[in-house]
Amino acid sequence: MTAVHGEREPIVRISDAAVVLGGRTVWSQVGFDVQPGEFLGLIGTNGTGKTTLLRAILGTVPLAEGSIQVLGHARGRGHDLGYVPQKVVVDPDLPLRARDVVALGLDGAKVGLPLRTRSTWERVERALGAVDAQDLSERRIGRLSGGQQQRVLLAQSLVSDPKLVLLDEPLANLDPASVQEIVALLGRISRERNMAVILTAHDMNPLLPVLDRIVYLAKGHAAVGTTQEVARTDVLTRLYGSPIEVVTVHGRVVILPASGAPDTEAVHHSEPVQREPLP
Amino acid sequence: MTGIRMGIFSGGFFTTEAVWTALLVGGFAALVAAVAGVFTVMRGQSFAGHALADLGAVGGSGAFLLGVSQLWGFVGAGVLAAIVLEVIGLHRVRERDIATGIVFGFGLGLTALFLYLGTTLGHSSNQAVAVLFGSLFSIDPGVVGPVIGLGVLSLALVMLVSRWLSLEALDADIARARGVPVRLAGVLFMVALALAVELTALSIGAVLATALLIGPAACALQVTSRIPRAMWVAVVVGVGCTVLGIFISYESYAWSPGHRAWPASFCIVAIVFVCYLSTRVWNTVSAAMTRRRGVRRVGQVSERIREGN
Ligand SMILES: Nc1ncnc2c1ncn2[C@@H]1O[C@H](COP(=O)(O)OP(=O)(O)O)[C@@H](O)[C@H]1O
Ligand SMILES: [Mg+2]
Repeated sequence: MTAVHGEREPIVRISDAAVVLGGRTVWSQVGFDVQPGEFLGLIGTNGTGKTTLLRAILGTVPLAEGSIQVLGHARGRGHDLGYVPQKVVVDPDLPLRARDVVALGLDGAKVGLPLRTRSTWERVERALGAVDAQDLSERRIGRLSGGQQQRVLLAQSLVSDPKLVLLDEPLANLDPASVQEIVALLGRISRERNMAVILTAHDMNPLLPVLDRIVYLAKGHAAVGTTQEVARTDVLTRLYGSPIEVVTVHGRVVILPASGAPDTEAVHHSEPVQREPLP
Repeated sequence: MTGIRMGIFSGGFFTTEAVWTALLVGGFAALVAAVAGVFTVMRGQSFAGHALADLGAVGGSGAFLLGVSQLWGFVGAGVLAAIVLEVIGLHRVRERDIATGIVFGFGLGLTALFLYLGTTLGHSSNQAVAVLFGSLFSIDPGVVGPVIGLGVLSLALVMLVSRWLSLEALDADIARARGVPVRLAGVLFMVALALAVELTALSIGAVLATALLIGPAACALQVTSRIPRAMWVAVVVGVGCTVLGIFISYESYAWSPGHRAWPASFCIVAIVFVCYLSTRVWNTVSAAMTRRRGVRRVGQVSERIREGN
């Protein structure tokens, strides 16, 4: 949809990469490029290595083979990337308010005391407003609910206008209305600011309108295709290993577990996301 | 010491040189420890603070044998230990209990040996008390300059990496994604922490040093949710407790039974403890009040929802 073609250098270039964790190959022979402004959905069942792939791009997981380049350099070299991890365990007493967290997204890599100007704070409040979290601004991050934390962390990842954001299950704790809202927001920002997004999710449906391409992980390998190529009954059935039906309802593509499917969790399989802070 | 005792009767708390040295060294060490303490608590590194105090004591006690000043013994051993701990990542290992028992137990064992050797070589046994529990009123005024220099270095390091530490306290991977050199931040902070802990060890002793590192910061984090404010509150609490403790210790000579002045270390740590208890109580009470207000606010929201907003 918005992929920029031509001679531009890709934002991410993954070449024949493999990751081995605990003596087990999580995935191997993974290779694809991400173009500026591209919106990429990363799908696959639990434990196929979606989180590992995002962390490999960040440079926090060592590669057993191959290479990953981010913004034309070796990964993990002091880039400004937006990142929202799947699990963030925040101490309820951590002395950071939502607005501090977002502000650190702007200047957390700088040295010296955080002496912030009015315009910085205005930018922070706008970012919080964009994810409908302006009323959380003064609250401690560790004392927010899972969904609230996710919104604040999303604002944190977007605030600096990075060229690439990596979002690990950013929709997991949101109610359906919020999911639509956040997806629309991400799609708009990605288009307007030419920001590449790599996002993992266990429910593809709300993402179909904004995704340019889908990377699906299965059986230790990754396959890449446009949404039209992947969101097909036969492809998804093969991917999930259980019958999946892709139908068009009111002009919208919807992915459903096929009637009589033994495992209705196939598409909506829920990951055990531990985001609620302890009371 | 007799100079001090005489001072009480002349009513001159602020006119005695030993008191001034105690106030300067104790107060400044407390200030530095309070600032480093805020980040120590945030990073869950009080363990490292303990470790640095115990290992610093090896240098503090060894200094007597080598004939160098106790300050440089503490600081040398502490900074060396900080770098080693950070490089081998010992403060992050899971078996912290084992590490504490063995490595730091060994550290204190060496301290015991050095102090024993020192006594047999004819030094007074006061030195053992000084290393372990501090001896604020007998600090050599000559160390005031180096203490302030090292303290400023510690403060500068903490300020330098404060944002890195804050982002890392939220999530290390987010920090890395933003380009924070997490490793460097860890090393620099450990050095700053070592300086803060060793200056405090010089002031109130290696065994009690963590009380001034963790106590004021823990108080501050009970009452505020902002890092800059937490640093100010911690400094006020830390320096306040130290000055008050020194004063009480000084005065206690006059009214304690048999004119046995209470040690300054005890007075300081006791006041820190009281401060922490009070902030806990204050926090519990104010949290209960916030909850009540919160219930009212939820009520308003549900009304608005009913009205179709
Ligand atoms: N630190 C680790 N050591 C060993 N195995 C790991 C580690 N982290 C993840 N794994 C394994 O790697 C696989 C992929 O995990 P992950 O990337 O979290 O999957 P996903 O995000 O797709 O659910 C899982 O089988 C998991 O058990
Ligand atoms: Mg995952």
